[in-house]
Amino acid sequence: MTIARIVAALIALTLLATVPLWIANGFYVNIVSQILIYAILALGLNILVGYGGLVSLGHAGLLGVAAYTTAWLLSRGAGQLESAAAALVVVVAVSATYAVLSLRATGIGFLMITLSLGQILWGTAYRWISLTNGDNGITVTSRPQPLGIPIASANGFYYFTLIVFLAAIASMALFVRSPLGTSLRGARDQARRMTALGFNVWLIRFFAFLFSGFWSGVAGLLYCYYQQFVSPQMMALPASAEALLMVISGGTGTLLGPVVGSLLVVIIKNVASAYIERWNLVLGAIFVAIIVFMPEGLVPGSVRLGRWLWVQIAGTPRPATAAKEPAP
Amino acid sequence: MIALRVTRLAKAFGGLRVTRDVNVEVAAGERRLIIGPNGAGKTTLFNLIAGEIKPDAGTISLFEHDITGMPTRRRAHLGLARTYQIITLFPRDTLLHNVTLALLGLSPLRWNPVLPLMRQGSLRESAEQALARVGLAHLARRPLAETSYGERRRVEIAMALAQSPKVLLLDEPFAGLSIEERREVQKLLSNIPRDVTIVMIEHDMDVALEFAERITLLHFGEVVVEGTRSEVVNNKRTREVYLGE
Repeated sequence: MTIARIVAALIALTLLATVPLWIANGFYVNIVSQILIYAILALGLNILVGYGGLVSLGHAGLLGVAAYTTAWLLSRGAGQLESAAAALVVVVAVSATYAVLSLRATGIGFLMITLSLGQILWGTAYRWISLTNGDNGITVTSRPQPLGIPIASANGFYYFTLIVFLAAIASMALFVRSPLGTSLRGARDQARRMTALGFNVWLIRFFAFLFSGFWSGVAGLLYCYYQQFVSPQMMALPASAEALLMVISGGTGTLLGPVVGSLLVVIIKNVASAYIERWNLVLGAIFVAIIVFMPEGLVPGSVRLGRWLWVQIAGTPRPATAAKEPAP
Repeated sequence: MIALRVTRLAKAFGGLRVTRDVNVEVAAGERRLIIGPNGAGKTTLFNLIAGEIKPDAGTISLFEHDITGMPTRRRAHLGLARTYQIITLFPRDTLLHNVTLALLGLSPLRWNPVLPLMRQGSLRESAEQALARVGLAHLARRPLAETSYGERRRVEIAMALAQSPKVLLLDEPFAGLSIEERREVQKLLSNIPRDVTIVMIEHDMDVALEFAERITLLHFGEVVVEGTRSEVVNNKRTREVYLGE
């Protein structure tokens, strides 16, 4: 890691740690919590989309499975820890089922299978009323108290979410640099060659799916605690598409991209919608602009723009970073 | 000892029979050349041996171990390595990373989801040695996209050799190379120890004939002629279907 990157990470960490100090309004602190929750979902999805080359349109289903499992268990008197643990076990099991069914294909076939699985889960939540309470959803009456620390307030919940977010990003950073993460990128770029080299491409993708599903489930848990309510809406197709847009707009195959994408989408959804009635139009226009001007996403696009500006100002290109070690 | 045995191998794509009752036996340590006009089924034969396509009939064995129904990845673990006619490497990554991947493919480390790959000293050292073997150590940290075609060909060979194969399938390793690059690759291949059996497809008869001990001529998916260099070159059928006389 270069000194510039370490400094940037420290600045980002300081900013994140002091959010409640410079944003006094609890509403906006909650918005930042929401950004972090969606960032965890987008980071999880990015493992498949960015590093695995597998575009999923069913990840909101995994988010919903974890949220519904914990909400359902809590509504039946189970403890917070048991509910959370069970939710994660269930979401990993559902992810395994997703993976077994969808990894029969790649490309558009994979996308269609994940879309269908997501719709099945949404339909189940919507129509299996005796289990899920249908469109009325399930209300969660309380948030957990990790290590006895209450997280009922906006600030308390924010710090809890921040810790989970940092754990997510650290685990992703480790994963993408690890042999398994490297193999996943290899399978994305040259599946045939990887097989000839002795890799089990299917199994690599399967493990990546479980990892991705696990973090989507963690995001679902946080979503459940945040909203204290779950409904079929959270696992509908637009929610999956939104998560995918976060990944694509920020930049696939980068750790920062999905975070930036989440920031963009959540701010437009929550803030712009308060002032502009047709905020969807604004969101759409922004996405079109990103695709036209920075098709690789905001983060890689900004890096490219920065390099171009450097050349314009300094007159010489910056030393190539690609010649170091493979970028994750 | 027979390193590679192909018996009555057949493959058809729809109505097109690309491999017809092919029988090939390659002794351990042998240098075998597969020749034939375009469309003769040479690369298909390699794909069948490597397990990338399934045969309709026949068997393939590696050191008398039947591998006909075995997945491609397991054949690699048994010591079968190959290069491709059309280079299929990882252009965004460095040469070192490409070769490290080849080593990782056979290492139990490949399932590790935590440890940074590039801090695996033993893999890295082996990768550097493999690159040095093909004369590319000085370019180890250069992205593959910034190398010449000839250098990429050598990376392909370095990746295959890094896996310490028992049988190496080389699909047109001289294709697209300059005269100087051909000489370098030729020297490189001649330095491969005898414990590696090599089967090579090649059109450049000057370099290929110098390399080969035995030659198999394929035509329309069939073995037409097989024998030593002089037997095949002097055969009337060879001149008819391949040398164009």
